[in-house]
Amino acid sequence: MRREDDGALAAGRRISETTGARSHPGNAARRYATGNEAAAHGAIAAGCRFYAGYPITPSSEIMEGMAELLSRVGGAFIQMEDEIASISAVIGAAWAGAKAMTATSGPGFSLMMEGLGYAVFTETPCVIIDVQRAGPCTGQATRVGSGDVMQSKWGMHDDVEIVALSPWSVQEMYDLTIHAFNLAERLRLPVFVLADEAVGHLHETAEFHERFEIANRVRSNEGTPFGSPDPAGVPPMPCFGDGANLLVTGSTHDEHGYRRVEEPEAHARLVERLRRKVLDRRDELADVERHLLDDAEVVVVAYGFTARGALAAVREVRRAGKKVGLLRLRTLWPFPEREIAALDGKVRAVFVPEMNHGQVAGEVQKRFRGELRAYGQTNGEVIPVATMRAELERMF
Amino acid sequence: MPRSLEAYLRPGLKATTFCPGCGHGILLHAVIRAVHELGLDRRELLFVSGIGCAAWIPSPHILADTLHTLHGRAVAYATGAKLANPKLTVIVVSGDGDLVSIGGNHLIHAARRGIDLTVICANNEIYGMTGGQAGPTTPCGALSATTPAGNPHPAFDLVRLVLGAGAAYVARYPVTQPRPLTDAIKRAIRTPGFAFVEVASPCPTQFGRRNRFDDVGALYDRIRKLSVARAEAAGLPEEELRGRIVVGEWTPGDLRLAAGEPPAGGAAC
Repeated sequence: MRREDDGALAAGRRISETTGARSHPGNAARRYATGNEAAAHGAIAAGCRFYAGYPITPSSEIMEGMAELLSRVGGAFIQMEDEIASISAVIGAAWAGAKAMTATSGPGFSLMMEGLGYAVFTETPCVIIDVQRAGPCTGQATRVGSGDVMQSKWGMHDDVEIVALSPWSVQEMYDLTIHAFNLAERLRLPVFVLADEAVGHLHETAEFHERFEIANRVRSNEGTPFGSPDPAGVPPMPCFGDGANLLVTGSTHDEHGYRRVEEPEAHARLVERLRRKVLDRRDELADVERHLLDDAEVVVVAYGFTARGALAAVREVRRAGKKVGLLRLRTLWPFPEREIAALDGKVRAVFVPEMNHGQVAGEVQKRFRGELRAYGQTNGEVIPVATMRAELERMF
Repeated sequence: MPRSLEAYLRPGLKATTFCPGCGHGILLHAVIRAVHELGLDRRELLFVSGIGCAAWIPSPHILADTLHTLHGRAVAYATGAKLANPKLTVIVVSGDGDLVSIGGNHLIHAARRGIDLTVICANNEIYGMTGGQAGPTTPCGALSATTPAGNPHPAFDLVRLVLGAGAAYVARYPVTQPRPLTDAIKRAIRTPGFAFVEVASPCPTQFGRRNRFDDVGALYDRIRKLSVARAEAAGLPEEELRGRIVVGEWTPGDLRLAAGEPPAGGAAC
């Protein structure tokens, strides 16, 4: 089925597939930077012109970067009084026409949940970078974790569908931030970049390239801003000041924005479209990277920084003659279930190492009926290659 | 409401959702009259509200851009919208529980920053929509669903709170004084920086019924009798100002004069 946003989704995907590649030598700006710095540069390149945030380790360098970069491009930056205010200001700015974002980490992400639900329900494009740290609670603020995978999907009350991307390098902090803005604009959604402390503070060389496709919301007063004849459609989005007399509300609303707080059909219709808007595009959104999978008997499913160590472990185990491969998830939500299901019956076993206790392993288990070995590590450190190698060796 | 002002209402709306006797209809009238008299371009008007009865004053009634947000967050949403598009005239209309209890932090920080917003707080002294629970503006001793033996806590003095936080202009009027109220809203909108207007607006259904004001008129009489002009209040002894609603306008210079001036509102228990 063809939809108006097919092109941009594909373009966004191409961007993420240029990872590490020097696709534009004439314009390539190679930098030695941290992941957090790269995310700020990516946001500016994607057209972000509004940032509201609250300092929190280990994400604060994104905020500091945006304070500097937005002042250079004439954007607006504000340090709010807390994370609730930050996501609120981001949503207000998005409706005033800006591409807007914030960045945070676990405790701040928790505080943003109600606002994020508002963004989903009002179809507000925005980007949230969560540089995950070791939780629960205040936990270890400076140490790594990836315990927010489930929260990003289920932390808002009731059924919502969002998009969450998982970068594993400084390059991808740049690329996936751009991709996140494009998806947010096309789908009128909050899009999460679920980074982790290790990627956020990693130093490596990346290209802050400037030639790529930029997606923008369909900013039009034509049609209805909160409804679509397509049951999975994305309505046009007029902004404040466009003369559309907008009615934006977090209550259940009809296609014009009028509150419909007691009509069963109105609620069912809206909730269903917001779900299908994401789920019907699952295959387009699913972004995975396959390493050494052709003849693999055992496959590692990994994401974020953990996937880097996993790839090293896979190569080491390969050297010993064992047929292992890596399926790296660059999209975590909607969960790439078709890609997982494709392993079912084809490979003997799957190994899922992650810096939480089985948040992605559980999703894999729903689609893969063979042997599944989950390794959860929550000690505030990255999972050592040797640990993953030893776990893999036990599977042969 | 005169026909000239009907252009500011969304076509097709036949009635408001406010209870009989609610003061919010008068405030709605004052807001659109102020906007009309200022000759503002409706295209550049944005009304932001939170959750509660007062949040429904602009949404959906007013024919302009409206942003009906989450409980307590209106001022933070408004801050983002204003910064992203400074051409917008951004007016927050919401209730006392919304702006001062759950949203109190956003209110004082927006005042401190001097963001160019007009915040209109409809103060009905109670949580109306959720069924008459006590709020931060419920008078000491008042009965509510959560204070069956009388409210043991004093109310916030919103004028002093917001002025102390750094607002450029603060006013307080009851809906029983619609003309000065409308003029105060106009001055608030014209004020560059953060402006705040507290509006005493009676709630017969929740506050009135629970506190034995058996008819709407009695509740309006109460507001009228409690109201005392700022200049007159200055000459009254402290005990006579307890529970009174001091009405008028204040600017930051008044903070310096505050020593010797009696409390601006009816907060003291």
